[in-house]
Amino acid sequence: MPKPVPVPDELSKPFWDAVNEQRLVVQHCAACDRRQYPPERVCTECRSGDRLEWIPTSGRARIIGYTVMHDSRVRLLQADQPFNIAVVALEEDPAIRFFSHLPGTPADEVPVGATVEAIFPELSPTQRIHEWQVVR
Amino acid sequence: MATPTPVAPASVYREEVGLGIWEHRGKVAVAGMGHSPTNRRWDGKPETSMGAYAILAIRNAMEDAGVSPDQVDGLIVVRAGTTGDAWAPRPIPEDFAQTYAHTDNIEDGLTTLSVEWLLQNMPELTNVSCVMHTRSDCMSNAVVLTAQIVGDGLAKCCLVVKGWANPEGRYGHGGANALAVAPGASQWTMPFGMVSGIPGTAFGFEQYCRRYNTSHDRVAPFVVNQRRNGLLFPEGFYAQHEPYQLTVDDYLQTRWISKPMSLHDCDRPIQTAGAYLFTTAERARDMKQRPVYILGHSSQRWTNRSSIQTLDEIEASTDLMARKTYEASGLTAKDIDVFNPYDGYALFTQYYLEAFQWHGVRRGEAHDFYGDDIRVEGPHPFSSSGGNNGNGRTRFWMHTDCIQQLRGQAGARQIRLKAETAISGGPTPGGADWTVWSSSPD
Ligand SMILES: [Zn+2]
Repeated sequence: MPKPVPVPDELSKPFWDAVNEQRLVVQHCAACDRRQYPPERVCTECRSGDRLEWIPTSGRARIIGYTVMHDSRVRLLQADQPFNIAVVALEEDPAIRFFSHLPGTPADEVPVGATVEAIFPELSPTQRIHEWQVVR
Repeated sequence: MATPTPVAPASVYREEVGLGIWEHRGKVAVAGMGHSPTNRRWDGKPETSMGAYAILAIRNAMEDAGVSPDQVDGLIVVRAGTTGDAWAPRPIPEDFAQTYAHTDNIEDGLTTLSVEWLLQNMPELTNVSCVMHTRSDCMSNAVVLTAQIVGDGLAKCCLVVKGWANPEGRYGHGGANALAVAPGASQWTMPFGMVSGIPGTAFGFEQYCRRYNTSHDRVAPFVVNQRRNGLLFPEGFYAQHEPYQLTVDDYLQTRWISKPMSLHDCDRPIQTAGAYLFTTAERARDMKQRPVYILGHSSQRWTNRSSIQTLDEIEASTDLMARKTYEASGLTAKDIDVFNPYDGYALFTQYYLEAFQWHGVRRGEAHDFYGDDIRVEGPHPFSSSGGNNGNGRTRFWMHTDCIQQLRGQAGARQIRLKAETAISGGPTPGGADWTVWSSSPD
């Protein structure tokens, strides 16, 4: 489904570059061994900025909840209503959570608890996005 | 060039756990309150503009307290007046421009307020020396700030005002949300449709329903009762303009916005303003109304661990709110007669009820409680204001109701149980400010 295309900035460019190579990475604070998503300029735990690095993820997660959007404010998404907005928690660190429309899962048929894996559909000729698909 | 009005320093907000009893407990009181009429939309006339309504609310608050304008020495203003669109790029209506002095912010009086705009247009406020803008955009934030300012001795007779504007247009459907790109913070949310408080609140509520084996339909008695209380609230929108009872069927049959959130879980934006007058406990005793004292206040700012506040985080955050609020006042749940937590969205009110454990309600029990007798006449007069859902979006009805209940002026809404202590606050489980009120300073 068409979506607004993320605009990478200085902070997020490594994330979106990885997504374009179909890899999902997150920030990691080496000082307190802690993952962080969405990215921030500093670690929100220890406030240090110089120990943040990008690390790979397993690309696997679990659905922890969802809503079914019927009346979105986002114009580009309105044609696809109703649609799922699921929240998935990273398998190796459930504190890290992503959103997903769950491509392939019909609206309001979200299997909470199911395992999902990252996919990277093209949003524009130059930008992919990280989405999640239920593992069958 | 005058110095700009300061924004409240972070230090006035009691955010830490362990601060103990509020240092000004019982030494600050609210002595006056005032409201303007309500309207669903602005009709474009100067006299119904948000600015005009704010002036009217302030004058009504002074009148209520029996205070003359020259006695007022403090003015606290919430700047933002809309959760939706700004007035610009529309031109300033000519009538409005001719009626009111303007500041360098063209939104002032239309969709924002400022100390500068009010002082220019209220020349009778001749002795105001303490002025401040709030840190966040709710009356709950303004109330705790004003209580602290008066307690600290920075003002002795302090007005606080919040206006709401609702110009034509559908909230949040233009601007950035109409674009094909998602820059800045929106790159993480907008592509997925996680925009506004709606889908996030629906997500938290969906988690709640699974954790506690409950369902959306069990919120119906609460929302219906909110409207019932609203119809008993003459200052509110529904009592003034749509005096019909919402039914359980209405609630169950309305459309989904973001399932499991439906239309009647959302409050309706209106055009209105409200003001309170705070003073020292000493001075309040010589004023027109029976004083309502402040026993304590607290503030909460939660930082999400990741993309969204989960139910675990909602419960942790609201537990902290309750703990700090009770700690500040020295009261416990069983001491609280009137409880008015925020309801705009109806789907997060249960978190506050369960965190504060009002009438013994614990985690997962709120929907059972909603099915009990929560009418103002009954044994559990929960949210006696009717809140935003019962009166239109202002985020201040809950404070007004606490004051009226403790004064014994709530009319048909007056609870039949004793009303000597009250708690009100909001807005969200991630960030809220709470006030404890009492008919006695002790
Ligand atoms: Zn760190």
